[in-house]
Amino acid sequence: MCGIISVVDRSRSGMDGSSIKNALSLMDERGSGEGAGYAAYGVYPDFADYYAIHLFFNNLVEPKGAVDEILRAWGKIEHEEEIPTVEQPDLRRTRIPWRYFFKPDPTLMPGSDTPEEDIIMMLVMKINTSIQGALVFSSGKNIGVFKASGWPEAVADFYQIDQYEGYIWLAHNRYPTNTPGWWGGAHPFNLLDWSVIHNGEITSYGTNRRYIESFGYRCTMFTDTEVVAYLCDLLSRRHGLPRELMVRAFAPPFWDEIDRMKKPEMELNHAIRQTYGSALMNGPFAIVVATADGIVGFTDRIKLRPLIAAEAGDRLYIASEEAAIRRMESSLDHVWMPQAGEPVIGRVQS
Amino acid sequence: MNPGSVPAKFKVRIDADQCMLCERCVENCPYGTYRREGEHISVDSRRCVACHRCVAMCPRDSITIEEKPVDYRSHPLWTRESREAIYNQARTGRIVLAGMGNASDLPIIFDRLLLDACQVTNPSIDPLREPMELRTYIGKKPRKLDLRKKRNGDIELKTRLHPNLRLNTPIMIGHMSYGAISLNAQLSMARAVASEGTFMGTGEGGLHPALREFQDNMIVQVASGRFGVDIDYLERGAAIEIKIGQGAKPGIGGHLPGEKIDPDISQTRMIPERSDAISPAPHHDIYSIEDLKQLVHSLKEATEWKKPVFVKIAAVHNVAAIASGIARSSADAVVIDGFRGGTGAAPRVFRDHVGIPIEAAIAAVDQKLRSQGIRNEVSIIASGGIRDAAEVTKAIALGADAIYIGTAALIAMGCRVCGTCYRGLCPWGIATQNSSLTRRLNPDVEWQHVANLIRGWTLEISELMGAAGINSIESLRGNRDRLRGYLLDEAMMNILDVQPVGA
Amino acid sequence: MENELVINAEGMHYTPLNKAIRSAVAKGTEKIRIEHVLGQRFIADGLKGRVKITVHGTPGGDLGMFMSGPSIEVFGNCDHAPGNTMDGGEIIIHGSAGDATAHSMRGGLVMVRDDIGYRGGIHMKEYGDHRPVLIIGGNACAFLGEYMAGGLVLVLGSGEKRVLPNRGIGSGIHGGLIIIRGDVPDQTLGVGAKKSRATEEEKRLIDPYIRRYAAVYGRDPKPLLDDEYTIITPSSGRPFANKYTWE
Repeated sequence: MCGIISVVDRSRSGMDGSSIKNALSLMDERGSGEGAGYAAYGVYPDFADYYAIHLFFNNLVEPKGAVDEILRAWGKIEHEEEIPTVEQPDLRRTRIPWRYFFKPDPTLMPGSDTPEEDIIMMLVMKINTSIQGALVFSSGKNIGVFKASGWPEAVADFYQIDQYEGYIWLAHNRYPTNTPGWWGGAHPFNLLDWSVIHNGEITSYGTNRRYIESFGYRCTMFTDTEVVAYLCDLLSRRHGLPRELMVRAFAPPFWDEIDRMKKPEMELNHAIRQTYGSALMNGPFAIVVATADGIVGFTDRIKLRPLIAAEAGDRLYIASEEAAIRRMESSLDHVWMPQAGEPVIGRVQS
Repeated sequence: MNPGSVPAKFKVRIDADQCMLCERCVENCPYGTYRREGEHISVDSRRCVACHRCVAMCPRDSITIEEKPVDYRSHPLWTRESREAIYNQARTGRIVLAGMGNASDLPIIFDRLLLDACQVTNPSIDPLREPMELRTYIGKKPRKLDLRKKRNGDIELKTRLHPNLRLNTPIMIGHMSYGAISLNAQLSMARAVASEGTFMGTGEGGLHPALREFQDNMIVQVASGRFGVDIDYLERGAAIEIKIGQGAKPGIGGHLPGEKIDPDISQTRMIPERSDAISPAPHHDIYSIEDLKQLVHSLKEATEWKKPVFVKIAAVHNVAAIASGIARSSADAVVIDGFRGGTGAAPRVFRDHVGIPIEAAIAAVDQKLRSQGIRNEVSIIASGGIRDAAEVTKAIALGADAIYIGTAALIAMGCRVCGTCYRGLCPWGIATQNSSLTRRLNPDVEWQHVANLIRGWTLEISELMGAAGINSIESLRGNRDRLRGYLLDEAMMNILDVQPVGA
Repeated sequence: MENELVINAEGMHYTPLNKAIRSAVAKGTEKIRIEHVLGQRFIADGLKGRVKITVHGTPGGDLGMFMSGPSIEVFGNCDHAPGNTMDGGEIIIHGSAGDATAHSMRGGLVMVRDDIGYRGGIHMKEYGDHRPVLIIGGNACAFLGEYMAGGLVLVLGSGEKRVLPNRGIGSGIHGGLIIIRGDVPDQTLGVGAKKSRATEEEKRLIDPYIRRYAAVYGRDPKPLLDDEYTIITPSSGRPFANKYTWE
């Protein structure tokens, strides 16, 4: 179990983190106090052109030295600081959250169509697999992930998320199952522009992990959700699938449904399943992924986890429970339950 | 030293109180074990191969067959088999041939891999009632899709899919040629795979006209002897398989003795009657990996790129690198045959000492192809001693797309694994061309048994997948997280990339 | 109103809320009005008696679970599994309900004005005069009446757009009835389910439920009464008997 909630304001109006904190706490029954987190888009307007790299350091000696060195080798650190936090009585500080605003040097990755992103991805994988005591948990532009082991209220107050204004928020209340509740294992998971919150368990994780690792990604967080962020990055950024088809690959129609489709649609769905069979996610899940231009929510093919969507004006909400959405916005224009595998997409106006 | 100087392998007894002298044992034993003598059946135990035909036919359960009634003085090193091979070779100065798969007492890795099931954190899926997808496509898949957005907003698919075989179950039947086995055996299996929506191999023996009605479910084989291969044969198959080697005898060819080449087989294989059909060890047009590519391309060109082409190799030490070379040859599937693969006859030294277990081979090949980013370029078909649905499931979790069964399909038709196929007197009508024996195998009955076996295993795979919370077989493939090693050493677990039980 | 308790549930945890309900019922309160409900689970969980409760807001999951006797009327949408393993009484929902509505329900009535989620009526069962009824005014999703062993599921499909469950209707059904307004395509039936057009006699069976639905939600019963219905029943009491063999 876990509780998820997310909101996008399609007109890019900023929202501070206080109301999503309240909404997330309403679902405390879904968590265990071992992990909570928030992701917000648009929180670093002063550094909007820099990659905001959030890390947990075990200490500021060896791991930080090694991270400084590798970042300097690959680009320029514009600014860095400890992420401001306020001690909470029921949250044990076991890591030091730190952030860098970093610009990679694209000339160092010749032959790539997206050299900056590829450098950042390479750095994230490298730091997380080879620098003991350092863990990158957020690496996008103008995006911040704030997470820790603790209840949603405590984590929100620890990071003072009411001080941040974002036009997209994702929030997650964790009940860890297969892996320990640790700071790195809390959601959201992020890579570059992608952030993911997830309720459920991906029974195809081993297949998905082996698939994604053959494209250079490395799973380091001991949890199934991480793989979703990497799959999104691969299918969408690197392979150019539109959002709808990316979700189709993750939660495709059944073969009998594909067999009944008319020709061009049938061929397209056939091609997706044959090509991306290893990206198909099995088991119970409700997932919301965000990028700078919007959010997408979807469930597994047989709808083993809850997901509710609602609209109020420019805002689209996706959550585990309607009550959580109503905690943020009591008067909703429209509330609905998406069909299994059917994406709910909220795009910001360009 | 005379042949009688080694102890008989089996002791056959007839319970005279039970026996009603119906003589069915006499009629059924092609090896001449039984003779009617007055008011009793006399038995020559030395002729018995323990094929159990008599046991199955005896209406009174009067027959008892005991193995090794007089064994040698025990010795852990000098086993019965080692001593008897020496007696045999001292007498003949020849290579010892043996039937069926590897008979060495080596651990079976499948037995030491355990499958996972859901409890609490995710629901198991009930395959009785919820959708469960075992449909499998064998062949090359695109690495990525090329899509164009049309002006009206529709998405247009630019990628052309490669030809694939569509299987309703990941279980196929491997290549056993007409010649090695009877036409009735092939007919039974062909009808079974057609009914279950899967495929079987023709083996290197051509395609008998009687099998043509099932040709859409048959994979034709091109082996080093090129027996029965012509353009008509290639066009009839649903797919084409190049056989480089087989698990029971890696590195060597095959040999169908002239006495089995009757007019029908002579016609199917396109060779003279009664002359030996010798498959060379290598293909003499493939002396290197680039030559393999030539043959793959030539077969595709001949069949207008409409059919998937598979390449079958024995699982040998360097199987991963070899498979990766095959993947780059534009082959659509690589078939890996493990060292427990069966055969009618193989030199004992090969059968028991050459090759590696299929479990390790699947893991190594899957890993190598992934590390090179070309796993989607090629399907993996695994074979070699797969005995039940659990082993199919484990093979897929290790990374196979589908499996071939061989011996299991023969057992479904009556085979008792007596390992005497090379005598050509198979009492079950399977590994024989003797019409009085092949008549015993009725395709109208036996196809159903083979189909039942495939269906039963398929149901069991669905149950295992459902228990693991997986409703589509692509989510089982390569999902080694759902396996645990029990009493496997650390090095083996590293190769298999599985955790130990409890982890 | 006499003998009515009003509870303001704003910010209240479900345990004190249920405690307040129970103690009121113990004191003989006949009506309870709960206001500002937002996400509280287990409302009236295991509650016995004849009390009438109105819930205003958006309750959490498992509303009326194990409940035996009371009537609940909800003005808002319900979350996961209202009427879960319910024994008796009524839950009337003025809105929609989530997945697994009426899961394993054993008796009483759950009536939903609008839609329900996946696996509605899953494993409903009947025994003796315990015969559960689930009425859905709008649409239901896949796996409706899965594993069903008794009782009645009625889908009126009277929303703006009629959307049928797209697969697995009555999958594994081995008792009870699913009745759906209009035709039901064969491919949406689950394993072990068979369909037929409801006869006049069978339609008479659902007549009182349609009238009750129309009365409660202020709808015209006539078009619903006049329409055709499909009835889905088990093809056999043991649909999977042929799957197994003894060792």
